[in-house]
Amino acid sequence: MYREDFPMFKQDYIYLDNGATTFKPQIVIDAITDYYCNYSANAHRGDYSISYKVDLEYEGARKKVAEFINADINEVVFNSGSTEGLNTIVSGFFDNLVDPGDEIIISKSEHASNVLPWFRLANKHNLKIVYVPLDANLHITLEGIKSVITSNTKVIALAETTNVVGDIRPIKAICEYAHKNNIFVVVDGAQSTPHKETDVKDSDVDFLVFSGHKMCGPTGIGVLYGKKELLEELDPLILGGGMNESFDSEKEIYLKDIPQRLEAGTPNIAGAIGLGAAIDYLQNIGMDNISIYEQKLKNYLVSKLLEIEHIKIINEEAGSGIVAFNIEGIFSQDVAYYLNKYNVCVRAGNHCAKILKSVTGVKNTVRVSLYFYNTYEEIDSLIELLMDKEKILKEMI
Amino acid sequence: MNTELKRQIMLDNYSNPFHKETKDKDYIKTNANNISCIDDINLFLKIENDIIIDAYFDGEACAISTSSTSIMLKNIINKNINDVKEYINNFENMIYEKEYNKDILKEALVYDEIYKQENRKTCATLPYEALKKAIAKN
Repeated sequence: MYREDFPMFKQDYIYLDNGATTFKPQIVIDAITDYYCNYSANAHRGDYSISYKVDLEYEGARKKVAEFINADINEVVFNSGSTEGLNTIVSGFFDNLVDPGDEIIISKSEHASNVLPWFRLANKHNLKIVYVPLDANLHITLEGIKSVITSNTKVIALAETTNVVGDIRPIKAICEYAHKNNIFVVVDGAQSTPHKETDVKDSDVDFLVFSGHKMCGPTGIGVLYGKKELLEELDPLILGGGMNESFDSEKEIYLKDIPQRLEAGTPNIAGAIGLGAAIDYLQNIGMDNISIYEQKLKNYLVSKLLEIEHIKIINEEAGSGIVAFNIEGIFSQDVAYYLNKYNVCVRAGNHCAKILKSVTGVKNTVRVSLYFYNTYEEIDSLIELLMDKEKILKEMI
Repeated sequence: MNTELKRQIMLDNYSNPFHKETKDKDYIKTNANNISCIDDINLFLKIENDIIIDAYFDGEACAISTSSTSIMLKNIINKNINDVKEYINNFENMIYEKEYNKDILKEALVYDEIYKQENRKTCATLPYEALKKAIAKN
């Protein structure tokens, strides 16, 4: 399925680390190369034709992103990725808004980038970090959220899909309930936007971030979405060219409108154009087709893993294409090293969710994260390699 | 030493590591972790009159790192600091394919072919990073 579109598949890899990053189709690489070879000028300097073309392409990419997530074009800010997006939201928006004693709801299965910025904010303003309870499957329910909301809750910040447990959170229902109680909702879409339909108007999220490289796009480009009225209140963390209207020697600064106000300096033009091409590519396949296929493939993988006695899956019930497991008595890193000998790429570790272990008691796991280009045959190869524990023990060192 | 024997020694030290136990404040504690993977080892050393009189470790790490730590501890207990420094040099020389003295490495010789797996050299040398920090702290 679509494998011929990806140069990386000319090599003999079974790539199962799509939660970390994805392979790039030739069409994305071509779009980037086209920019560097044929109209390699700066943006927003429309004094000559190739620069004007840059504007068209760069703003065209913004339009593609806006349509992809059903946002208005001015609500799409390009940045380096989800991590920068979350930091910008925390330090540029909430830093001005919170009062001592306010509460921030996150979960123990969040990625570091949706934990550490909030920790720093909490330490600075004397806020309370509140963890949503996880159910037996390590999932979050609306009831769980309701149980920790208080009159001091200011914001709920959650990944839509978590990167270890792989559960898909009921974001729309959470937003509906939160907004009734005047609580903001920030969503980390790094693991969800690449794999399923995202509609910010339907879900009504206040802020959403995601990364281009996890959805067939280039590294170093990502998106911060915010509702227009909220982005207007977001203080730019970086000042410089491209974001100011004018300034004078009396230190008066007049800023541009959003989103340019939040994109100081020469933007990642090639990255944005590449992301635009990636979105075209994904749209062509269809986001619904992608999530349906991944779910089937994941169910197949789980059913096969369950047949192997020495394997313990920690997230059997997850709705995404992420499966985390361990082999009894073998350190996850050794499993990854063993699989690498057969060109199978999986991730071992805590996957940046370092407080999850306090809930699961499991610090490290082997993680398989699927994408639409993975195949049933690849799963069969993986299963065959995992079946024989003696072989793993023998070949892991 | 043939490959099978080396593998067996590593596995034995991984499955039943020597002196794997958390120690208290009487010991010099240092940590080493690998930026490219998840190995994370704490070393606990007791040094008196320039002699390592006791050594333990804890933490989570792969088979190579864990076995390498276990073997390292066996090789340094009751050794003079200068001899230990000499031992570290020799071990690192072996890993990085330089001249080294086989006689003082003993069981640690099982890693003499680890250079063939570029990404696992840092696993084998990880406990030695913690050991160097501990000696510097002393």
